[in-house]
Amino acid sequence: MTDPLLRLDNVRAALRLRGGEQELLRGVSFTIGAGEALGLVGESGSGKSLTTRAITRMLDPAFRVTGDIAFEGASVPRMNAQALRRYRQRDVGMIFQDPRAHVNPVHRVGDFLTEALVRDRGVDRRDAERRAVELLDEVGVRTPEQRLRQYPHELSGGLLQRVMIASVLLAEPKLILADEPTTALDVTAQSDVMAILDEQRRARGLSLLFITHDLELAAACCDRLAVMYAGEIVEQGAHVYEAPRHPYTIELLGARPSIEHRVERLPVLRYDRAAHELLKAEAS
Amino acid sequence: MTPNETRATGPATAGRAEPIVVARGLRKIFPGRAGDEPVIAVDDVSFELFPNECLAIVGESGSGKTTVARMLVGLETVTAGELAVRGESRAAGVKRLADRRRWAKEVQYVFQDPYSSLNGRQRIGDIVATSVALHAGDTATRRAVQRRALEILDSVGLDERFAAKHPHQLSGGQRQRVAIARALAADPAVIVLDEAVAALDVSIQAQILNLLADIRAAREVSYLFISHDLAVVNQISDRMIVMEQGRVVDGGRTAELLAEPVHPYTRSLRAAVPRPGWRPVRRERLAS
Ligand SMILES: Nc1ncnc2c1ncn2[C@@H]1O[C@H](COP(=O)(O)OP(=O)(O)OP(=O)(O)O)[C@@H](O)[C@H]1O
Ligand SMILES: Nc1ncnc2c1ncn2[C@@H]1O[C@H](COP(=O)(O)OP(=O)(O)OP(=O)(O)O)[C@@H](O)[C@H]1O
Ligand SMILES: [Mg+2]
Ligand SMILES: [Mg+2]
Repeated sequence: MTDPLLRLDNVRAALRLRGGEQELLRGVSFTIGAGEALGLVGESGSGKSLTTRAITRMLDPAFRVTGDIAFEGASVPRMNAQALRRYRQRDVGMIFQDPRAHVNPVHRVGDFLTEALVRDRGVDRRDAERRAVELLDEVGVRTPEQRLRQYPHELSGGLLQRVMIASVLLAEPKLILADEPTTALDVTAQSDVMAILDEQRRARGLSLLFITHDLELAAACCDRLAVMYAGEIVEQGAHVYEAPRHPYTIELLGARPSIEHRVERLPVLRYDRAAHELLKAEAS
Repeated sequence: MTPNETRATGPATAGRAEPIVVARGLRKIFPGRAGDEPVIAVDDVSFELFPNECLAIVGESGSGKTTVARMLVGLETVTAGELAVRGESRAAGVKRLADRRRWAKEVQYVFQDPYSSLNGRQRIGDIVATSVALHAGDTATRRAVQRRALEILDSVGLDERFAAKHPHQLSGGQRQRVAIARALAADPAVIVLDEAVAALDVSIQAQILNLLADIRAAREVSYLFISHDLAVVNQISDRMIVMEQGRVVDGGRTAELLAEPVHPYTRSLRAAVPRPGWRPVRRERLAS
């Protein structure tokens, strides 16, 4: 069998504290194949962002990390500085919830888009700009030449997120890590940004780790879902949305209001840490 | 005028009481900054809010929802048009402290961000008690105010142990309960909830939506509920109006409007909501 593009094997991240350690990722395992999209869903604080930081080895040094992460069969924890830089620059691209926090407000859009190509890859500035214009056009940005000369604050949230997608695609990565890329957007902009991400990813055969707390959205845009609770993946697969098996997933899906039916009262989640530990003890 | 306009302006139950809030031809223009065009944030908006109903305002980002709410609570002046609460005009703006207090007693505001909307240095009990004292009048004794604050906290599911805590010691959902408790402490006729559950987890969102329904079952209060989450709007509101670029383009009973949207803009909002079998779709090229 060939290696998947990305494999996480029993990844644990423990925060070193004065009195001991607090384990915040508690044995995370999943794979993402080439061209595949995995949706990582779960509530606030469950460890979704920590997982992406573990994948890029960007966790705070206060964390002790164990387990293995392999990209195309190569162990990320064992990469030397040069290999790690290459992996971060070329192999994975990242898109975040708040694009404004990840661009330099005093740099023009054009500089932001071409900077990495010119600096890290030795691409000629004119060539880099031409490629940036092409990509902006592909992600549906009108008058791309003009955009290059604008500043981030002159662009709406939805438009800036398209620029972020273009910037990630420019680096031609194999895997995109998208951490709540549409949470700050309204529904129409969300639909739009996800359509672009989906279309570009498929056209280029890229893999995607899509993080969200919206199960409906994840189900629509991903091949498989993984549900996180308190630093663990409680359930994963292609069945999760249509036929959830884990009690936490079932409750999570049930608590969300529906656009079709109004209910007297919304079911409230009963699943908690105690129920979680009990269920694990029973299973083992 | 749209075909739905008549549906939108009728009360939840035909022939019921007088509206509490009436907006007629409301406008808000923000002067443009140096060299920029002025922004028409709210453009000829009319609606009525009746006693004991929940009216939702939906629309894309930038459509003017928050600006309408801010004019209603007196945080923003009215450029043109009429805005009245219980027949008293608010269009002229707040001039005296006594007016501001009287207005706040009628209309309270709960913001999206439970983290920044509470004073971090005050204890939870004092946050609510301050609001009780402000609106209870001079006759209320200190003890009566404290007792009332604890009752209100209890009614939003926070027992007396929470009274001594500070906001940073609470979860996001608990903080939003405090914000709602503080609003209830004024015993208002209207609570404006601006994206009040948007930042919360699904589990906490469900609790807060149930709480809002419970409050309405226990006492008479109207909600002006601002959201771009149509599933949440379907769960909580009786009627809704739809805003696009500062204008009300559609409105009606929420269940009907969401079941069979007719207006193209409402249809596009409805179509953008993820649901089983849904695929994201690309809009036209973005110019802004
Ligand atoms: N640098 C850090 N130091 C200490 N604790 C941290 C750090 N980063 C994250 N945590 C904690 O780890 C847990 C998981 O955090 P994480 O950011 O991965 O959650 P998340 O699932 O992404 O949540 P959200 O949906 O709110 O973004 C949380 O309890 C958080 O407080
Ligand atoms: N103080 C201000 N000065 C200038 N323009 C403003 C001001 N406040 C709001 N605007 C503009 O008015 C318009 C309506 O904004 P508003 O905040 O009411 O929209 P909204 O519907 O609440 O959007 P969102 O869903 O993003 O909260 C926007 O174009 C906004 O940029
Ligand atoms: Mg996160
Ligand atoms: Mg707003």
